[in-house]
Amino acid sequence: MRTKTAIMVAVLAGLHVVLMFAGFFAPYDPTTQDRDLPYAPPTRLHFKDSSGFHLRPFVYAWTSVLGGDQPDSSQESSQESYKEDRSHEYPIRLFVSGPSYKLLGIYETSAHLFGVAEPGKVLLFGTDGYGRDELSRVLFGGQISVSAGITATIIALLAGSILGIIAGYYGRWIDESLMGLTELFLSLPWLYFLLGVRAFLPLHLSTIRTFFLLTGVIGLIGWARPARLVRGVVLSSRNRNYVLAARGFGGSDFYLLRRHILPETFGVLLTQAALLVPRYIAAEVTLSFFGLGVNEPVPSWGNMLSTLQQYSVLVSYGWLLAPACALVITSVIYSSLADVFHSRLKSYST
Amino acid sequence: MNYLGRRLVRAVLLLVGVSALCFLFTEMAPGSFFDEMRLNPQISPETIAALRSHYGLDQPPLVRYGRWMKSAIHADLGYSIAYNTPVAPLLWRRAKNTLLLTTTALLLTWIISVPLGVWAANRRGGLLDKAINVTSSFLVSVPELVIAVALLAIVVRWRFLRVGGMMSADFEGLSTWAKLQDIIVHLALPAIILVLSETAVIVRHVRAGVLEVLGAPYVQAARGFGLGRTRLLCRHVLPVAANPAISLLGFSLAGLLSGSLLVEVVCGWPGLGPLILEATLSRDLYLVIGGIMFSALFMVGGNLVADVLLLASDPRIRKEATDAH
Repeated sequence: MRTKTAIMVAVLAGLHVVLMFAGFFAPYDPTTQDRDLPYAPPTRLHFKDSSGFHLRPFVYAWTSVLGGDQPDSSQESSQESYKEDRSHEYPIRLFVSGPSYKLLGIYETSAHLFGVAEPGKVLLFGTDGYGRDELSRVLFGGQISVSAGITATIIALLAGSILGIIAGYYGRWIDESLMGLTELFLSLPWLYFLLGVRAFLPLHLSTIRTFFLLTGVIGLIGWARPARLVRGVVLSSRNRNYVLAARGFGGSDFYLLRRHILPETFGVLLTQAALLVPRYIAAEVTLSFFGLGVNEPVPSWGNMLSTLQQYSVLVSYGWLLAPACALVITSVIYSSLADVFHSRLKSYST
Repeated sequence: MNYLGRRLVRAVLLLVGVSALCFLFTEMAPGSFFDEMRLNPQISPETIAALRSHYGLDQPPLVRYGRWMKSAIHADLGYSIAYNTPVAPLLWRRAKNTLLLTTTALLLTWIISVPLGVWAANRRGGLLDKAINVTSSFLVSVPELVIAVALLAIVVRWRFLRVGGMMSADFEGLSTWAKLQDIIVHLALPAIILVLSETAVIVRHVRAGVLEVLGAPYVQAARGFGLGRTRLLCRHVLPVAANPAISLLGFSLAGLLSGSLLVEVVCGWPGLGPLILEATLSRDLYLVIGGIMFSALFMVGGNLVADVLLLASDPRIRKEATDAH
């Protein structure tokens, strides 16, 4: 159990590091278009050519079968639109310099984990309709989607725990009115509510403002459940003997909360965090999928998936499901972590 | 006041609270439906101001809320600016389809998940239990959007169900039986998506509920008296385990409604979802509020049904209800 948890935490940490340094792990810029390569399938890695086996994998460039004109995206199956140009091999090299980007938004560099020499392209997840590298977009999109989920979770937990503590600690009419309010928030189907709140806010904004608006909206809708849970914990620990004793010795409200009551809520908050992050990532993805979230050209898993609303794209270009796979992996790890936290919490309290 | 009366009053209060919350949000909103018009140089500011006053948008929020309440009592729920008709009939036409989808999904979900959950609990640690556990914990954590898109991809690729809309183009010419068949074929995909993601949640709850009762001292005593497994389960465990499951019914409706909004948009089912999304994009204020009110109404209705069922199934609540007189 211990090692399993450790592995999960390590994988999760690795995932976040990869997304954080997306610029380094992505071979290309996520917004650079290549009009010659729309819907190019994933590049195949080769080890063998006519001269024998190579330890270093190499790739061939895609050439359009249809000649000079654009491949028709709605009719042709892509396997038939591109074929490998075997005349030139492009070996994959590690730590190459490519398009420059800002690491963590500060440090400008052009180092990439892997890449190929210039006219060749290594497109591990293929390209989208504008010929943008899907892998780079998944990584950069993950940066947006996952950090949106985390920020929204922080907002929800912060608001929820503050209000929950106030309700649980001060009780009486404050408690009753706050809990009535949570019931109101919990009684609405969250997606309707989310769309409703989004409807009242401006549609087209800069990416940064959209991001904070989205996370704010998602977080503020989600405060109710953590608030209820925290209130329950506070309510049960408020009248424990050691808290009463500390009060008897003249501890102030603030001291009691900080020293004795807040630590009790950490288990619940941690479990909630692991539970809420994937849910809020999904919320951001859903909103962006509907066109209400992060707008093009900035990638997010949601707006990348929204091209799949055209059935023809969905059927012919399977690699465009990559963001969905990334989303599934992230969610599964987070929720199994939440399960572990939850069972630990239960075994503590009994 | 008796039990159901109290529940009813609560439901009405909840609806009033939701509407107040909606108006609070509109008050904080910076933009409006006429923003796009304002960018158009051919429409003068005076025209927009006239339109605003025509729709009563220049009034203070409390006045607007009062007017909206009045129209809600007349079952209009305000006036859609984009469609130029009262909101409620517009929503009701779509809401019927959403209700059809969600009730089908709700029934299927419970028909599937109750036996599975009971069986898994009864044969705890068995092969089926493990299989259910793994599948459901995977499905629970996969976002609904991904399930929808993945299933859609499968169905569109191999073309075995109809996708998009609710009826075929030649629907009017079909016989009654063929009409029914046509709707079922269209309904299948959105319903399956909803059932998949919701069953995963319900099975786990049912299993946990039954397990809890199975561990109770009186069940062990009954077992000690030599009761058969089936009789024990049917006579002593299930009636008790039914209580939390029924209260779950109301909650599962919330999940289904949220899910159905998404699924309707993805599959093109003509329910509330696409309408609300469109209204959100065009900032048709009263239509959005009406949509939220409808969803809240469904929720409250579902919870009331659950309350009635609880009253029928749980003698403790019946006793409490009669004692209160």
